Amino acid sequence: MSEKFDVIVVGAGPAGTSCALTCAKNGLNVLLIERGEYPGAKNVMGGVLYRKQMEELVPEFWKEAPLERPVIEQRFWMMDKESVVQFGYKGLEWAVEPYNNFTVLRAQFDQWFAKKAVEAGALLINETVVTECIVENGKVVGVRTDRPDGEVYADVVVLADGVNSLLSKQLGFHKEFRPDEVALTVMEVINLPKEKINDRFNLEDNQGCTIEIFGDSTKGNLGTAFVYTNKESLNIGVGTTLSSMIKAKIKPYELLDYLKTHPMVKPMIAGGESAEYLAHLIPEGGYRSVPKVAGNGVIVVGDAAQLVNAIHREGSNMAMSSGKMAAEAVVQAHSRGDFSESSLNSYREALNSSFIMKDLEKYKDAAHTFEKYPQYFNEYVPMMNKAMSKFFTVDGTPKREKQKQIMKSVTSERGTIRVLQDIYRAWKAVK
Amino acid sequence: MHIVVCVKQVPDTKIIKINPKTNTLDRRSAPAILNPYDAHAVQEAVKIKEKTGGTISVLSMGPPQATAVIKKSIEIGADRGYLISDRAFAGADTLATSYALSKALERINKELQVDMVICGKHAIDGDTGQVGPGIARRMDIPPVTNVIEVSEVNLKENTVLIKRKLTNGYELIQSELPCLLTVEKEINDIEYSPMTNMIQAARYEPVIWAVSDLENVERTQLGLKGSPTIVGKMFTPPRPEGGKRLEGSADGQVGQLMEVLKEKKDLFTLQSSK
Repeated sequence: MSEKFDVIVVGAGPAGTSCALTCAKNGLNVLLIERGEYPGAKNVMGGVLYRKQMEELVPEFWKEAPLERPVIEQRFWMMDKESVVQFGYKGLEWAVEPYNNFTVLRAQFDQWFAKKAVEAGALLINETVVTECIVENGKVVGVRTDRPDGEVYADVVVLADGVNSLLSKQLGFHKEFRPDEVALTVMEVINLPKEKINDRFNLEDNQGCTIEIFGDSTKGNLGTAFVYTNKESLNIGVGTTLSSMIKAKIKPYELLDYLKTHPMVKPMIAGGESAEYLAHLIPEGGYRSVPKVAGNGVIVVGDAAQLVNAIHREGSNMAMSSGKMAAEAVVQAHSRGDFSESSLNSYREALNSSFIMKDLEKYKDAAHTFEKYPQYFNEYVPMMNKAMSKFFTVDGTPKREKQKQIMKSVTSERGTIRVLQDIYRAWKAVK
Repeated sequence: MHIVVCVKQVPDTKIIKINPKTNTLDRRSAPAILNPYDAHAVQEAVKIKEKTGGTISVLSMGPPQATAVIKKSIEIGADRGYLISDRAFAGADTLATSYALSKALERINKELQVDMVICGKHAIDGDTGQVGPGIARRMDIPPVTNVIEVSEVNLKENTVLIKRKLTNGYELIQSELPCLLTVEKEINDIEYSPMTNMIQAARYEPVIWAVSDLENVERTQLGLKGSPTIVGKMFTPPRPEGGKRLEGSADGQVGQLMEVLKEKKDLFTLQSSK
């Protein structure tokens, strides 16, 4: 006889584990199913973990979690072929508890996080693929796995099965995502001695730095590259929307090679030993791509629900929050004994009134705007570089004259009206 | 029928690195896994149990995190698991390990009489293959090593028919029960565990025994104290240099080859020990 649980959570990433942990803490009987050899074995992200949402799940987690470095500096680069315009912020208030965010290696972090859910009472099963939801009378009543006697039942199934979410697609919650709704990111973990990292990035032992790179890092395509410092390694990666890659006919690994050999980047990683190569899709469709997230006996969380803010590279925090909100909705549904769509819709309402849907709504046009009008990446970034070069080159030209020349070159390259249009459009997209 | 399978948690030696400075295993560099031969041992117990019925227990010695390999064994189909874990066991060689395990087996035997013990051929981190026979000797039961098939278990006669792998074929032998088998990988294929086993394993809490939970233990025979083995040195064997291709005319190549043979003539003479 197959067992019945209160909740089955599919996928032990940040969303699924948060949900399992919160359900277990509330006394529910939880089964957490992971397809990888262990949680984190198949999970990828650039590597920034935000403190706030994690802290709500495990208070003072930084005292025990396997973290790399607290981020005390965030740099932004507008990069051209042989130059870069930089701005950023470094603050020591981020170097002390409770910190702001951290760099992490997911293979280690996810394992630790899942252990927390297990300690709270959730049952974790690895190396098991959920092949479909079991639907009876229009209601999800359990899951079928690829194992012999593989059926397990539950009042609610939480789908945290990641960006492609084949399970919610089977339920008809969303169609196949379009190439402009997902980004393909490739990254490498490059081992480098601690001292070298500290020297190159001007850091102390327990301090980290993140660099987001726009412009030539993606050969002018919609996307970004990044370099994050771990304890004794760097995460370096680059991603663009799948549609940009198709249009520009570039292969992801070529983009990463281009980045690694770029004269602005090469010295940072010089002498490092490539330890891991990872690639993953990121759901970047934003507000308009968020599918149906609650049905009869089923809830969708995290990447599976497309909850990623690409502009602010936030995803794992949204995953954790959505997992927690889903768990709270399940706990309420459990006390009512009602697991229908209308009962579980309290999760959708919680999402809507939280920072998650508010932020996604704010940027709902951003990606589309930047995709449709590529000049922001392939024209303005080089322009900024030229302008700065001109402004800071000491050649006897009076500074006021230089400013005039710079303005003139910008407007002559794109035309005054088009520049004003571009500014208005960009402002509208992110306001 | 009560089968006890002895299992060991080992670092995955396919991945593990050796610290070049200290010449010791860098255990952090590789995940800890169930010794692959032991997985086949558990699987064989499951196959036997399918025919005879009964109970499968697994036994391991190691730090508390070694409960992971017991849970893995439950996934494959074992019913219960025992871990002996105590600082007094630390640093044990094969002699002290087989002594400690045999003491735990004594206690398990008291709870439910043991009919068969199965071990893997050897652990992949030591490759000695001594613990299995060591346990058999201490329990005074026949050891049957390099087993590639358990052909028949006859509970009426209390015998078992076994195929052993030899260098030039195999040997079919009959042993009385209880006996101890050490198994080769080809004895079976590890099956994909059913969901019910996975849930049972996730829930299972192995029994953990300290030295004080075992009876009649001679403490001087445990751990480092009870281990006469001394590891002199550990090193990474140098990489083979690879072959050299001789080019040129046939005569030229023969000439070059003769030069090489002369140069390496030490390889062809018996070295006398100094």
